Amino acid sequence: MAVMNVNPTRMEMKRLQGRLRTAVRGHKLLKDKTDEMVRRFIALAEENKRLRLETEAELCQALTAFAKARATTDARVVEEAILMPARKVTLECSKRKIMGIEVPSVKISDNAGEDLYPYSFLSVTGKLDESVRGLNDVLVKLVQLAEVEKCCNMLAEEIEKNKRRVNALENIMIPQLTETIKYIKMKLDESERSATVRLMKVKDIINS
Amino acid sequence: MPNKIAVIGDKDSVLAFKAVGVEVFDAVTAEEAQHLIKKLSQGDYAVVFIAEGLAEQIPETLQKAKLQTYPAVVPIPTTNEPTGFGLSGIKSDVEKAIGVDIIFNKEEK
Repeated sequence: MAVMNVNPTRMEMKRLQGRLRTAVRGHKLLKDKTDEMVRRFIALAEENKRLRLETEAELCQALTAFAKARATTDARVVEEAILMPARKVTLECSKRKIMGIEVPSVKISDNAGEDLYPYSFLSVTGKLDESVRGLNDVLVKLVQLAEVEKCCNMLAEEIEKNKRRVNALENIMIPQLTETIKYIKMKLDESERSATVRLMKVKDIINS
Repeated sequence: MPNKIAVIGDKDSVLAFKAVGVEVFDAVTAEEAQHLIKKLSQGDYAVVFIAEGLAEQIPETLQKAKLQTYPAVVPIPTTNEPTGFGLSGIKSDVEKAIGVDIIFNKEEK
């Protein structure tokens, strides 16, 4: 590793030693942070996978039912039936922090008391009821999935960044600093030795 | 704070979401979807679901959306069978964070 371009003085060495201490401590902290983030990430990723498999299956069922409803009834009638939804979904959103990263926290507000079906039962088939009920049930899970998946995405991004930082410290910064400190020390020792030798020579000349 | 949900997809497959009070946006081509995501990111939408087929065509836009806290853009299946695009997203996340995919390999053994 290349030695940094510095003046071999005691002052410089002191400064570099301080930097090395900080770098080593920072390296340890960042490494611990990565470990903890990976631990949380694995838990989240597993949850993410479970939720996704569940919701995908349920959602497909609901959408298939909807497709059937559309196929058996006039498309325009179905469209008209659901054009004005009986309920409005609102979310309660906030931000929370996982290891210093801001991730969304989404909660779907409960409005189970309201009427679910916005249409009269006369014009459409029961398949549509099935589909709407299914969708309504799956929506809660879908929102959960969105939250978990977002957390996963952001954590993954952050872990990658953090790893890069750790690597830079470990493989570049710290070796470079140690090497430079060693170089300065050798230079200083060398000049000290030459000073001693010079003194001895001078003494010899005076005595003789 | 954003508090609305939106769905992007071709009208036939996502219309059903309208019945439960989710806002539906019609998009057929990748450009339309891209444009919509951009527009919705500025509005107060917390969650944007997008049809898998469309999501596959606009990886860069999704990547960009990943960096913001809101909205969460989530691909969902809109046909009878999930295409596995959503799962592959989780997989790539795991690979990015850990280096090897330990969550999906585990079950194959």
